[in-house]
Amino acid sequence: MLEKVKTIVAEELGVDKEGLTEQTSFKDDLGADSLDLFEMVMSFEEEFGKEIPSDDLQQLQTIGDVVNYLTD
Amino acid sequence: MKGHICGTGAYAPSKVIDNQELSKLVDTNDEWIQERTGIRKRHFADVDDTVSMAVKAARRALQMAKMDSSEIDLILVSTFSPKRLLPCTACEVQRELGAFNSSCFDLNAACTGFLYAYNTAQAYIEAGLYKTVLVIGSETLSHLVDYSDRSTCILFGDGAGAVLIKAEGTGIFSMVSHSEGKKGEALTCSRRDYIKMNGQEVFKFAVRSVPDSILELLRKNNMDVSEIDYFILHQANKRIVQAVAKRLGVEIEKFPMNLEEYGNTSSASIPLVLDEWNRKGMLKPGMRIVMAGFGAGLSWGATLTQW
Repeated sequence: MLEKVKTIVAEELGVDKEGLTEQTSFKDDLGADSLDLFEMVMSFEEEFGKEIPSDDLQQLQTIGDVVNYLTD
Repeated sequence: MKGHICGTGAYAPSKVIDNQELSKLVDTNDEWIQERTGIRKRHFADVDDTVSMAVKAARRALQMAKMDSSEIDLILVSTFSPKRLLPCTACEVQRELGAFNSSCFDLNAACTGFLYAYNTAQAYIEAGLYKTVLVIGSETLSHLVDYSDRSTCILFGDGAGAVLIKAEGTGIFSMVSHSEGKKGEALTCSRRDYIKMNGQEVFKFAVRSVPDSILELLRKNNMDVSEIDYFILHQANKRIVQAVAKRLGVEIEKFPMNLEEYGNTSSASIPLVLDEWNRKGMLKPGMRIVMAGFGAGLSWGATLTQW
């Protein structure tokens, strides 16, 4: 799960997968803006077959948040 | 019989509001707006209105086609921001143009409206009911924007675009279109109120539905994305256009954009691009063009045409 999430993040934000950890913050560390997050969420939804409602986006600040959210 | 575009015209009012100007009204800035939307400025109708802009765009299309307004037998105007509810905008355009042999009506499918109007014109031509159709998208959105909502007020602008379609023997016309009323609350504008949008919902909807409908259209025609010369999308946001291009695996150069100059002009946006690329000489006879619209309703669709 963590690996898959990292792969998607690296691809969507055009960053090196090696540098990513569970603590990596999309906004603070990777400079992602809201539209980057929307696109990333779409990839998560498509990859993991789970809908992520608009209101839940606030909870997803780091890679670890996404892994926890998707495993719940 | 297929309809062929024999003239295009566009008009944007002369008053220009750039991002700098908007930052005096709401807490925003040029860099933020450009990064998230690609928009640098938008035109606002001060002395113009939805009818006068439509008329100016139509006159330019007639001039290009070297046609007289008396030859038009149907006028279709797509708008959700008419000057007044009655008479319909198309009838007011008819009066101004002196196109007295035409029948006239308006149609509202929000930002997909131009596409729906174009499809309607083609369907009438195919049925043999009309021979020369004037299709216009004209919008005055600056009146419908809430200048205390910085997530939407930066997006919209005013303008009009027109195409003249004439019945000819051959050509290509193929379309797919969809609507999903149950998601309508994502983008609304009530009477005496402003445009309200759930940005995330609309972004996801656009980025998924546009590539899906384009691929559906191409499958219907046994064609591949590589056989299309241009994809002319509704100009809502540069980031949406980029995401669509990425999902289709098509180079961004095949997606003409002028939203930097006009912002989102709803149903005027596709004919504004068509006219600009046409006048630049970028659209050559025989080229295959896909137009794709998406917007409130929700509504979306894609149409294939040959220049």
